[in-house]
Amino acid sequence: MRYLPNSPRDREEMLRTLGHSSIEELFSQIPEQIRFQGRLNLPGPLSEQEVLGFFQQAASQSTRDYASLLGAGAYSHFRPAAVDALLSRGEFFTAYTPYQAELAQGTLQAMFEFQTLIAQLTGMEVSNASLYDGSTATNEAVLMALRLTRRNRVVAARTLHPEYREVMATYVRHLGTEIAEVPYSPSGQLDLAALEAALSNETAAVVVQSPNFLGAIERFSEISELVHRSGALLIVTVNEPLSLAVVNPPADADIVCGEAQSFGVAVAFGGPYVGFLASREKFVRQMPGRLVGQTVDTEGRRGFVLTLATREQHIRREKATSNICTNQSLCALAATIYLCLLGKQGLKALAEHNLAKAHYAARQLAAVPGTSVPFESPFFNEFVVKAPGNADALLSELRREKILGGVNLGRFYPELADHLLVCVTETVNKSVLDRMVSVYQEFSTRKQAWAAAPSGASHPVGQEKA
Amino acid sequence: MKEHPRHARPHITRDENLIFERSSPGKCGVDLPAAEAHEQSAAELLGDDLVRKDIPGFPEVSELEVIRHFTRLSTWNYGVDTGLYPLGSCTMKYNPRINEVVARLEGLATDHPYAPAELTQGCLKVLYDTARCLAEITGMDAVSLQPAAGAQGELSGILMIQACLADRGDPRKYILVPDSAHGTNPASVTTSGYQVRNLKSDAHGCVDLAELDRAMTEEVAGLMLTNPNTLGIFEVRIREICELVHRKGGLVYMDGANMNALVGVARPADFGADVMHLNLHKTFTTPHGGGGPGSGPVAVRKVLEPYLPSPVVVRSQDGTYSLDDDRPKSVGRVRAFYGNFGMAVRALAYIAANGSEGLRQTTQDAVLNANYVMRRLEDLYDLPYNEPCMHECVLSDKRQAASGVHTIDIAKRLIDYGFHPYTTAFPLIVQGAMMIEPTESASKEELDEFIEAMRAVAEEVEEDPEFVLKAPYTTRVSRLDEATAARKPVLRWKE
Repeated sequence: MRYLPNSPRDREEMLRTLGHSSIEELFSQIPEQIRFQGRLNLPGPLSEQEVLGFFQQAASQSTRDYASLLGAGAYSHFRPAAVDALLSRGEFFTAYTPYQAELAQGTLQAMFEFQTLIAQLTGMEVSNASLYDGSTATNEAVLMALRLTRRNRVVAARTLHPEYREVMATYVRHLGTEIAEVPYSPSGQLDLAALEAALSNETAAVVVQSPNFLGAIERFSEISELVHRSGALLIVTVNEPLSLAVVNPPADADIVCGEAQSFGVAVAFGGPYVGFLASREKFVRQMPGRLVGQTVDTEGRRGFVLTLATREQHIRREKATSNICTNQSLCALAATIYLCLLGKQGLKALAEHNLAKAHYAARQLAAVPGTSVPFESPFFNEFVVKAPGNADALLSELRREKILGGVNLGRFYPELADHLLVCVTETVNKSVLDRMVSVYQEFSTRKQAWAAAPSGASHPVGQEKA
Repeated sequence: MKEHPRHARPHITRDENLIFERSSPGKCGVDLPAAEAHEQSAAELLGDDLVRKDIPGFPEVSELEVIRHFTRLSTWNYGVDTGLYPLGSCTMKYNPRINEVVARLEGLATDHPYAPAELTQGCLKVLYDTARCLAEITGMDAVSLQPAAGAQGELSGILMIQACLADRGDPRKYILVPDSAHGTNPASVTTSGYQVRNLKSDAHGCVDLAELDRAMTEEVAGLMLTNPNTLGIFEVRIREICELVHRKGGLVYMDGANMNALVGVARPADFGADVMHLNLHKTFTTPHGGGGPGSGPVAVRKVLEPYLPSPVVVRSQDGTYSLDDDRPKSVGRVRAFYGNFGMAVRALAYIAANGSEGLRQTTQDAVLNANYVMRRLEDLYDLPYNEPCMHECVLSDKRQAASGVHTIDIAKRLIDYGFHPYTTAFPLIVQGAMMIEPTESASKEELDEFIEAMRAVAEEVEEDPEFVLKAPYTTRVSRLDEATAARKPVLRWKE
């Protein structure tokens, strides 16, 4: 086996040193009856060339030839070559959690830079060194708020990512925590009257996503006033953080958390991603996850260490703030490198590029007969389109043009059947958008022709499912 | 700037400032494609009040500066690629390069989780095959790849036990956790809503059956057990342990952190575990990445299958794959999407490269290496539990502590000999623990050098303990002031 460095002679010598004649003797502590004697039914052994072939075959059964307008918490952005070149440094990717700070200053300094970048972007005072992903970061923010307020009710926007809401439900079920849901208004933003009605002096936290799952950017001044009047904490989830380069961060939030996958981390069928959680300095001792702090060595030189570990499971065991052990160090490093490359100007320009392109697409689509962009709220690079007919049928037609046209919202919001969530990033060329609009037009025209036909036959467009 | 004078210096001692301190206005590390649709400004599209004017302090540097900055930082790290990394309980083994290549293939690295299943058969097949391989290796019946890391696998497993017992009308209140367990075990139990009851180990560092019998009351939902345990010792009476828990109506959770000792040699389902997690970043060579991403698939026996996190990848009779989220008994979702897919790609590549025989040989080498180190150091370092070990061994600083030198000091001195230290001060049941896990990736030659270094440090402790206490001497920074870091936390750079 090519990964194993010991030669047969090495093994013999070592066994001899141990006074054993066969390797089996080393396993004699495992009772005979439960020792596995057979051969595992597994693929392989494969040469490196064969491994590559196996995965090339799998990779060919993919959407790699398609233009994608899918977002919904996983965003396709261009990844500069420098990101993978640096991530591929063995010193970074084959190291572990920096418990031995003297041998891990590279990782530690990079995490300190990550914390700084996230704090700057979110407008918060401090950030941790990352969490698993946006869904668990949001959930950890809620658990943090429960600890801080010692209250036991949570109010969450219906426009918080549906899967994030599911994760939260899994975690708080046993705590007896009640989650109230606040609907969206006709504009697509949080319904403020409903929010006010949902709040009480038992509310620990209000969770609002912005841009929300329907793409709408929330306005926080009124929201935060309502939330804080009830003594609750305001948690803002951001899962398209590129938006923060053109949209003001929610300054009055108590915790800003979310997903930083947009920053140089591959879409990779849903993971690994990189969650973040930023907050106010006064809450730092209730923050979950790793934190890197600046300090000095015995000579007074600047250095970095993992700090405030007394919050964590390996010290506190059952009394820890969270059971989380790892962060997402390598993905956080990717985000750090990405943000340094783009920098102040690049990030802003990229965000403006996304913003303009998405608005171009929305305008073009809204002009197609039978199609509309129903929510009037400001949006960033993602918006809702009401399809001119059956949305699945429309998606099939788009697929024939090698376009993944968006997420059918009926899957998450029954009231939004035949509505698509469309995301436009810099990875989609204008020509693709124009092709998409043509498909909508043809689809709409055909539908109208059928509707005008005298037979009253039911929706042929809706039956075209591939 | 006064504190950090910038001198031209050779790389090894260069002080690489924070990226923010390298920044100057007007620089940028990317050039973007030409605008295609910039007809309106951000203010026009969003309204002036929403538009952000500036991100104060955000860096502005060129591409080359980014490359140099992070390349320099990387050289201050120690990784498996640098040398032996015998960090106990962490399984720091070689991360094959082909894994990185296949995980970055276009298609696998780019498919969207909400793309239609009929167009993402490649990704779904990888998930399905990985789950099937892990089921085969553990002897379990079903696997979910959703948990993002080991701790989340633990939580998922405990939630499944809870759901199963609740279905039987008897959810119970407590989970037994041995005092030798990883810290995540009790923390995960608390997160699940169960309470922890600690279980004292016996004189051999193993589960005390009499103690277990007493503790396993009708209020106890189950036992959370690491096997081999954190001393690296196989629980010889594991079958009786599992039988006892089952007889009293509980279920057995096995922490699979130490699975590198068992792959191809013993299967947890065969000795009675009902549910377990695996750490793909330990046993299955996905890189540790400086602390994540991990991946903590959870494997279960039939009895717990209905409760697996949703969705689960299924294969239909015509050979196509899909996601099944119609699972009414599921404990729910523990993270968005389907888990750390990229880690599943790497783990499957590793399994397929090895095949059954390769994995078995790997386990044998890991166990041989650990025993070799233990037996060649036991004359100079205290061996608190003198039992044959599996993939790791635990020594203690008892003899050196008499000279005022502790496990952490010996660890720091080891750095000067060119090695990453072992795990210090864990497990908690050993005072001054030194937990050494060489893994199969260490050659005999390298182990001999490590052993020589450990022996040299033991001698130094005898001759000049003060010298050892100030180690390391060869790193870029000397010992860091952790107390001040915690007392007055500085968690970000400020202008």
